[in-house]
Amino acid sequence: MACINSDGTLVASARAILTASRKPSTPEQIAAATGLSVYRVRGGVRELAAAGLVEQQDGIYRLTGAGETRLAGALTPAPVVGGADVRGR
Amino acid sequence: MSQSAADAAITAGLPRLNEPAPEFEAVTTHGVVRLSDYRDGWLVLFSHPADFTPVCTTEFVAFAEIYPELQQRGVELLGLSIDSVYSHIAWVRNIKEKLGVEIPFPVIADLNKEVASLYGMVMPGESKTETSRCVFVIDPKGILRAMIYYPLTTGRSMREILRLIDAMQTTDKHGVATPANWQPGEQVIVPPPRTTEGAAERVDAGYECADWYLCKKSL
Repeated sequence: MACINSDGTLVASARAILTASRKPSTPEQIAAATGLSVYRVRGGVRELAAAGLVEQQDGIYRLTGAGETRLAGALTPAPVVGGADVRGR
Repeated sequence: MSQSAADAAITAGLPRLNEPAPEFEAVTTHGVVRLSDYRDGWLVLFSHPADFTPVCTTEFVAFAEIYPELQQRGVELLGLSIDSVYSHIAWVRNIKEKLGVEIPFPVIADLNKEVASLYGMVMPGESKTETSRCVFVIDPKGILRAMIYYPLTTGRSMREILRLIDAMQTTDKHGVATPANWQPGEQVIVPPPRTTEGAAERVDAGYECADWYLCKKSL
């Protein structure tokens, strides 16, 4: 997937889309808010919706609870224990 | 499948001007994209024969250089070749490392030749495994408006692609045609009348006319 790395972390464009989706928005509005191209947002929300991180109704996308949790985890600095990043393990 | 049948299979799809561009969903270096993701804006879909080849590399650099000008015109770029997405990623990283050029647009990894077949990008007389240098200009309604086919040996002209887009956008905005070698700012062609009455009135309509069917005006 393009938005979600194979290790489950979110790429920067995905974080931007999820952040913008806190306010229910169309892909065009998300593109304007994030500076991403519209085509990239359309593909991104499709992928994020399939992952349950956003939901769509009548062309409007909004962040889900799972998306909020994932975003919070992505934006939180990784805890370091013994010099290692244990997030996701 | 016989050789001729195999050739026919990859050339079966030849898109036609002024008809909806064939829809597709494809893996790209920017994730999975659909043609419909580009709706409401212009798209230049282009193919190149192969990653890590010299002419293609010069073309990618050239496309990257005109990308800002394309965006100013509301146009996006989408590349394609019959290579894996890993090859694409390695190649654009190599272009950045060796030539200092960032490739900002996505590139379709069309390993199964699905999009190439839809758009008639493979010319078996040139290569059965590589796409030729094709350009498809698709408008905001998803209509295929222009096609350019170049051989493997010859890099494309970015100036001509920009000129082509300027010409079609001028046509759409003003309802005119553009003459040979037209450049933005030059006179455009007034569509010819379709009736004898219209032809009789045309010469007095205030345009610069060589005859009733060949009239120009300034925008």
